[in-house]
Order: sequence, then structure tokens, then C-alpha cells
Amino acid sequence: MNGAVILPRAATIHRLMSRDTPLIVARDLTKRFKDFTAVDGVNFAVHPAESFGFLGPNGAGKTSTMRMIGCVSPVTDGVLRVFGMDPRTHASAIKARLGVVPQQDNLDNEITVRENLLMYARYFDIPREVAARRADDLLTFVQLSERANSEVEPLSGGMKRRLTIARSLINEPEVILLDEPTTGLDPQARHAIWDRLYRLKQRGATLLLTTHYMEEAEQLCDRVVIMDRARIIAEGSPRALIEQYSTREVVELRAPDDERSVIREAVSAVAERIQELPDRLQIYTADAECALEAMRAAGVHPESALVRRSTLEDVFLRLTGHALID
Amino acid sequence: MTRALRIVQRNAVVYRHVWRGSLFSSFLQPTLYLMALGLGVGSLIDARRAVVVGAPSYVQFLAPGLLAAACMQVASFESAWPIAGKILWNRNYHAILATPLRVDDLIVGELCWIAVRLTTVGTAFLIVASLFHAMSIAPATLLALAMAVLMGLAFSASILAYAATLKNGKDFNVLFRFVVTPLFMFSGVFFPIDRLAVPLQWIAQVSPLYHGVQLVRGLTLGALSLPAAAIHLTYLLLLLIAGFAAARSTFRRKLYA
Repeated sequence: MNGAVILPRAATIHRLMSRDTPLIVARDLTKRFKDFTAVDGVNFAVHPAESFGFLGPNGAGKTSTMRMIGCVSPVTDGVLRVFGMDPRTHASAIKARLGVVPQQDNLDNEITVRENLLMYARYFDIPREVAARRADDLLTFVQLSERANSEVEPLSGGMKRRLTIARSLINEPEVILLDEPTTGLDPQARHAIWDRLYRLKQRGATLLLTTHYMEEAEQLCDRVVIMDRARIIAEGSPRALIEQYSTREVVELRAPDDERSVIREAVSAVAERIQELPDRLQIYTADAECALEAMRAAGVHPESALVRRSTLEDVFLRLTGHALID
Repeated sequence: MTRALRIVQRNAVVYRHVWRGSLFSSFLQPTLYLMALGLGVGSLIDARRAVVVGAPSYVQFLAPGLLAAACMQVASFESAWPIAGKILWNRNYHAILATPLRVDDLIVGELCWIAVRLTTVGTAFLIVASLFHAMSIAPATLLALAMAVLMGLAFSASILAYAATLKNGKDFNVLFRFVVTPLFMFSGVFFPIDRLAVPLQWIAQVSPLYHGVQLVRGLTLGALSLPAAAIHLTYLLLLLIAGFAAARSTFRRKLYA
């Protein structure tokens, strides 16, 4: 299943694969627990050198999907192939070629930063000299060289996440799985992580990430699937999804209930859609200025009006009726 | 098997950072028991010429028992909170399972590491005991040490299995207060179990520590018959196998769901 167009870029892929052969394929992939279904018949394919995102709220099934791809959760139903192999029978071979950045940190807190990388390399049977060299390169890449010999425990959340990213690269993986890579980080740390991931992208890495931050999906992903309640409800590039499911601009305003019907009347000509939210009104239109004009002409002066571009959050709202972050 | 040894390697690297914390329970405590009870109390017992089954003096009766007990204590401690930490709080196992290692490698690896720790602890105790002339270093006592390690592993496997079922570390308190400590007191370490009331003797004989003590003391003092040794050894091996099987099941349920 080849939906998106792959943009050519200079790549340093270690094992050559045909551009059309997906690295990961899922068909009717299902994950059922005793009392509920976490993933319900999803279909997707991830191609080499692309940055693929699962966007959706907490509980949508993103982490369960990632865990199945990472061979740490058995598939209940459907087909999943990673590098052409079945996780049920070739888990170790698959994991040898994956890099994993989990949602919750799981670093070795009692040992040093550098020891974390060296030990992790041993699990992949990477020879010591190679591991040492890679560890130094990776610490430079994530800008932790100065902390190489400090213990992990006192590091900040952002530093720990950078170390986890470095660790996930120690085996030079073909696909890197990132589960909510910047959740819980302050904005500065978040931008540092995005910067590192963007550089990885530029080097031709294949990234697979889950997030509930639409900014993250828009900034980092070539292609996104939107998940909600165990299903995939839309797929495409962030730009394409916004064009398809939303308008170019949005006017967000706060107005008392009694004014709302007047506003609706006023903008009906220019607005494609109006979304009523508990605390605000969102007017979807191709031209926000026109909408604002129309309101002024009708004598409406809302308490606050904000004009912005459409985001994936608006796409999500349109498709599901609820917000990404509740 | 190399994959399981990676776990030993990892634990060794961690141990290099944290070894001071375990010094008391694994080394000092058994030594203190040996001195206080073996020599102190022992001098009272020997002075009254009480018959100590099979041993020339109380300290020589006590020392092999303490060797076994030290192995049980260390095995229990090492299989409890550190494992819960790797599953619940630090999630180190989750990190390791993202590599080619599998759940079985974790269990085998941890047991190998505990075997290393028990051998170290046992050897240190043996050396101290020999300094007090409570035990000698000879092929028989080295074999006894191996038996103590095996008994410790039998404990470990079961506690490992239990650790993977816990939601928090407080449940271990129940295990240590109501299982490990009573076993320590009443499994024949300090006195022969025939001193206990008959129903309690039956309970004591279910204790893996009892079988371990019999093997260690029997080999040390040369008072072990082959049939008896076979029974004790079989019991410990069965416990080890059952514990291992249980651990595989509980680990998979927790880590591969």
C-alpha cells in the first residue's frame, strides 16, 4: 500500500532496499487485551527514509502499535511484518535492527552516562572498540560529551531523553521508534530534541514516532496517520490532511452565548465551518480578514479574536469531534 | 547463553558502583553471628559438655549452618528489591527487551549473577570461618559451598517469580517477615530440628534452607549418607526447576503483554 510520495534525499542507509519495499507493513493489525481492544484492524506501511507519525490522544492505541512493532507485545490478530520478518518468530533479528526511544525513561541510573551506552552496545554484541567509538560520536551528537562520566540520576529530564536517543542509535538501527519523545519536557528541551531528530532525518534515517502534540507531527513527519479509539481515521502528509479536512485559516474568539448566533449569521457567507467549543468559537475560513470584517459590519465586537493557520489539531477536531488533549 | 551473560555483565558494572551498600548483610552480618553465637554462646555450650550432634564443638556445628543461611539471605535480598526495581521503578528490563535479548535471558542471567554473588559471599565466609577454626578449606567444604549456592538459587528462582507479580515493593516485607526470617531461625542453622515439637519438625523439613543446611553440614562434618544427600539434593533441584518455570510465566505476563 503506497499512499504518500517519497521525497528523494541524500541518504546514508546501511542496508540497501528498494524504494518501494516498505520496512514495516501492517494489515488489519489488532491488539486485544482481556477487557478491551487497544488496536482495531489498522493498516499502514512505513517506507525507507521517511518520517512517519502516529498522531492521536492518549489511549488511541499508538503505544500498543509501537510495542507490537518493537516485538515486545504479541500481535493478537492481523499481519505485521518488520523488515519482512514476523515478530512472532524473528523478534531478536528484528530488534537488532531497531532503535527504541520509549515513553518512560529506562536508563541505568546507577552507572554513568557513557557506561549506559557501552553496556547497551554489549546487548547487541557490538565489539568494545566499535562501541567506544560510537559512544563518543553519539555523545557529541546529543551534546552530552561533557557529562560522559557523570551518573545518570542527577541529569535533567531533557538530558536523560537525549541520552536515551543516543542509546537508541548505538546499534545503527534502520528504523528508530520514538514513543512520545518530548512528552513531559519543557519547551527548550523539546526544541533541542526536535533539532536532533531533524538532523537524523536529514541523514536519511527512518523515523517512526507517536505523539499527541500536533506541532511535533507537523514539524517532524513526512506522513502522519491519525489514530483515535484504536482505529486509523486519516492518513497523509500534514499539509495534505490540513488541506483536505480544514481551511487555511481559523478565527478563534471568545464571545458570550447570546452573541454567538449573531456571529454565526454575520460570517455565514465566508465561513466554511463553525466549531462550537465550551470556551470559544472557531470559525474556519479561507480568509480570516473577511470574516473579521463581516463581524465588524454586523456590529459584533468579540472579547478576544485570534487569527491563526489551521493545524492538525483542527483536522482531528473535525474528524472526531473532540480535542487531541482533553 | 552469551545473551544471558550480558545480564551478569550489566549487574557487575552496576555492582562496581553500589557494592558498599551490600557489605553489611552479605559479609559482616554472618561474621558477627559466627562470633557472637559460635564463639560466645558456643563457649557456654561446650563448657557444659552438651552433646552437639556430629560436631566437636558448637562453633563447628554452627558455621556450616551459617554458610547456608548467608547464602539464603543474600539470594533472597538480591532476588527481591533489585528485581522489582528493574521491572517497576527503573524499568531496566523494558530497556533490555528492546534489544535482541529475550525474557528467558533475563531470568537465566539474573540467576547466574546471583550464583556469582553467592559464591563470593560463601567463599568470604569460608575464609573467615577457617580463621576461627570453625571450618576448614578442603574439597568437602568447597563442595558444601557449591550446595549452598545451589540452595540459594532455588530460593532465588521462586522469589524472582514472585517479584514479577508485584505492583509495589512493600509486599516483600511480608515475604521477609513471615517466610525468610522464620526459615532462618528454625531450619536447623542454630540447633538441630529434633529440638522442635514434632509438628514443627514436619514444617521445618519443607524448608529449602533445612535441606541446604543438611547438605552443607553433612559434607563439612563428613556425616552425610548418600540416600539422605540424594533426597536433599533432589528437593533443591526440583524447587529450582519449578521456580524457574514459574518465573518464566510471571515474567512473560508482566513484560511481554
